[in-house]
Amino acid sequence: MAKVTIDGHMIEVPDGTTILQAARMIVEDKDYVGANIAPPTMCYYSKLKTSGGYCRTCIVKVTKGSEKDPRPMPKPVASCRTNVMDGMEVQNLTSPDVLEARKGVVEFLLINHPLDCPICDQAGECDLQNLGYGHGMAKTRYDFKRRTFQQIDIGPYIKLHMTRCILCYRCVKTADQITDTRVHGVMNRGDVSEISTYIKNVITNDFSGNVIDVCPVGALTDRTFRFKSRVWFTKPMDAHRGCTKCSGKVALWLKGTEVLRVTARKNVWGEVEDWICNECRFEKKNIHDWTIEGPRHIERQSVISANHYENLAQLKLDVQKQQKQLSALK
Amino acid sequence: MGKKLLIQHVNVPNIHTLQVYKENGGYASVEKALKSMTPNDVVEEVKKSGLRGRGGAGFPTGMKWSFLAKPEGVDRHLVCNADESEPGTFKDRYLMEKIPHALIEGMITSSYALGAKSSYIYIRGEYFYVARILETAIEEAYAAGYLGQNILGTNYSLDLYVQVGAGAYICGEETALLESLEGKRGNPRIKPPFPAVAGLWGRPTVVNNVETIAAVCPIVMMGGDEYAKIGIGRSTGTKLISASGHINKPGTYEIELGLPVEEFIYSDEYCGGILNGKKLKAVVAGGSSVPILPAELILKNDKGEPRLMSYESLSEGGFATGTMLGSGGFIVYDETTSIVKNLYTFARFYHHESCGQCSPCREGTGWMEKILHRIIEGHGKPSDIDLLWDIQRKIEGNTICPLGDAAAWPVASAIRHFRAEFEEYIKNPQGIKDVKHYYNVHQLA
Ligand SMILES: Cc1cc2nc3c(=O)[nH]c(=O)nc-3n(C[C@H](O)[C@H](O)[C@H](O)COP(=O)(O)O)c2cc1C
Ligand code: SF4
Ligand code: SF4
Ligand code: FES
Repeated sequence: MAKVTIDGHMIEVPDGTTILQAARMIVEDKDYVGANIAPPTMCYYSKLKTSGGYCRTCIVKVTKGSEKDPRPMPKPVASCRTNVMDGMEVQNLTSPDVLEARKGVVEFLLINHPLDCPICDQAGECDLQNLGYGHGMAKTRYDFKRRTFQQIDIGPYIKLHMTRCILCYRCVKTADQITDTRVHGVMNRGDVSEISTYIKNVITNDFSGNVIDVCPVGALTDRTFRFKSRVWFTKPMDAHRGCTKCSGKVALWLKGTEVLRVTARKNVWGEVEDWICNECRFEKKNIHDWTIEGPRHIERQSVISANHYENLAQLKLDVQKQQKQLSALK
Repeated sequence: MGKKLLIQHVNVPNIHTLQVYKENGGYASVEKALKSMTPNDVVEEVKKSGLRGRGGAGFPTGMKWSFLAKPEGVDRHLVCNADESEPGTFKDRYLMEKIPHALIEGMITSSYALGAKSSYIYIRGEYFYVARILETAIEEAYAAGYLGQNILGTNYSLDLYVQVGAGAYICGEETALLESLEGKRGNPRIKPPFPAVAGLWGRPTVVNNVETIAAVCPIVMMGGDEYAKIGIGRSTGTKLISASGHINKPGTYEIELGLPVEEFIYSDEYCGGILNGKKLKAVVAGGSSVPILPAELILKNDKGEPRLMSYESLSEGGFATGTMLGSGGFIVYDETTSIVKNLYTFARFYHHESCGQCSPCREGTGWMEKILHRIIEGHGKPSDIDLLWDIQRKIEGNTICPLGDAAAWPVASAIRHFRAEFEEYIKNPQGIKDVKHYYNVHQLA
């Protein structure tokens, strides 16, 4: 076991726990009161082995290495890939340097992003939107042409908008780890890297639809849901069916009694609880296919939450924060 | 004349052949190590020698070797990093091309020390002709019994392979190199685990630079203590420096560490002074990644003491006034050089070579290149200098591999030491084409 302190909160965790997991454990504790000190993640996914380390949004400062070797770590570290040591002290929200560096990462993730949220199916449940809102700047300093790619249909179910991809490698690892074969991957390098299939290959594998759920942005979207509705106008319901391929436990996104979309259920960290098969996801669009369990709990701060914009006090604070940032830029 | 240990026979005709190489004392370290020393003895000598990695980071080689995990029943590997792609660096090529057996001898002796049964030389794609030279030399070594089963009648056996890369700078980063060697996309791995524990095919692996491995031969022959007497302080031995730029005698030189920088630039034994009698403006002392220093800071450190060609002296003063020995790619700029244009060239390189795994490097390198391009095209804005500074600051120290730092440092140092030139460039873009202009700015600074 190792004792670690993150932003002043101490917790004892098993050896081999990462700083990120420890921070999440602190927040998940039912007695915990305080800010969400779990660093934001764009590429780490607890259900995917070797994920994390790429996006650098989860960086933290280690001010004390361990009880044995108390020296601070010289550089910020990716909390998703750094294990805790006994006696370690970590700063996340309490370190202005971390917040500043994270702001830089958000800016990097956005400079080549098309910012086409108004026409993106992911809007409202996009990790990048949330990240930009919580940790980014109000205005961009990037005034060059953005990188663009053609959008492509990879198979009957999945649409790829490469322009929106942040190269988190989650979909690659998903295909590697939960489907029989991976037919897509990263081509080229640097800022022209792209997720692609080998010469018009299609992704049809039974569990391939899960890449849509792991994608933190609108790069991989569900073709059967395309432009049907903004997610915040739909009603999410937990439902299940007897399925021979997967657990059959899903979230239905309804408009009236019409099933617009089926996804896996996601936990508080935005990660799927159970992988679901393509049949459940794409073929079962009749409400009678499903046993409805009840409405799905949506976090209040989420854009999907119906009353999100009614919290005027918060809205005012957010606007003030943005104005302050804008005036700082001048 | 300084001491030469690696290329003293470079001008002997046919030194690339095994026979001539042997006549000049070649393969003696294999004989000595395999017949009269235990592997551990060799490691001990290398430790005593104080040899530091010649690939750029300067990590003590003996220490690296002693970290190698040795689980029962698992093969270990030695991999030679011959990817040499850092702009300004061409010393490994010189050594491999002229005296290929120096590397092969080093590989055998070092593999013996590490207990490796198969070892690899990973060479950059553009050096395909050097790969052929190495392959021919390896065939000779097999035929002479220096490679293969029961080398020289001992019970040590070794196979040595050459693998040609496809020409990516990032494959010089040791874990990207291992990925590429395994036949995968050359992306740096996220560490830990380090190669010493899980390297090639998950087995314990040591990755060393060409020159590092070649230096093991003289160390075994003269003994670690003798080797440590050469050089200065913790910078022991000799170092190959590839000198280029505005000098009279560009080329690869072997120097004794501790040679004054001024002597290296101006003496006829080495660079032979600045081309056409012009004035020295700046130096990139260790390959494009290390901070550029203006003439006054490369010749003398901030305390006014002469700067020496050694790990310690070059980094004296930190990044504020110092730089690094790096890979030994010594690029000299005379007073007519535009630091801004030079920086643009570097920035373009790092943008092109970023593997694209982590966001700061993937996006930041391209952004910096675009801004610098705008400046040299005459459309720069005064705010661009601070913007560049801020971008490099947000890349540095926040990436998976050191390529991010390597992209940030040249930008930071150019702005730190030549800010006036950036300002002048942006204010007076017409001056870009006027070479004298740089001369004047330099006089001002
Ligand atoms: C982007 C990048 C490129 C590198 N290229 C080379 C190279 O071409 N040759 C080399 O020997 N080391 C290179 N290195 C350093 C290697 O990662 C590694 O430190 C070195 O091979 C270790 O050998 P040494 O201890 O003998 O110096 C590079 C590092 C980085 C980050
Ligand atoms: S397509 Fe989505 S999941 Fe795949 S790498 Fe891009 S952002 Fe990540
Ligand atoms: S720093 Fe650059 S080259 Fe290194 S892993 Fe990250 S993106 Fe790739
Ligand atoms: S979540 Fe840790 S680096 Fe992306």
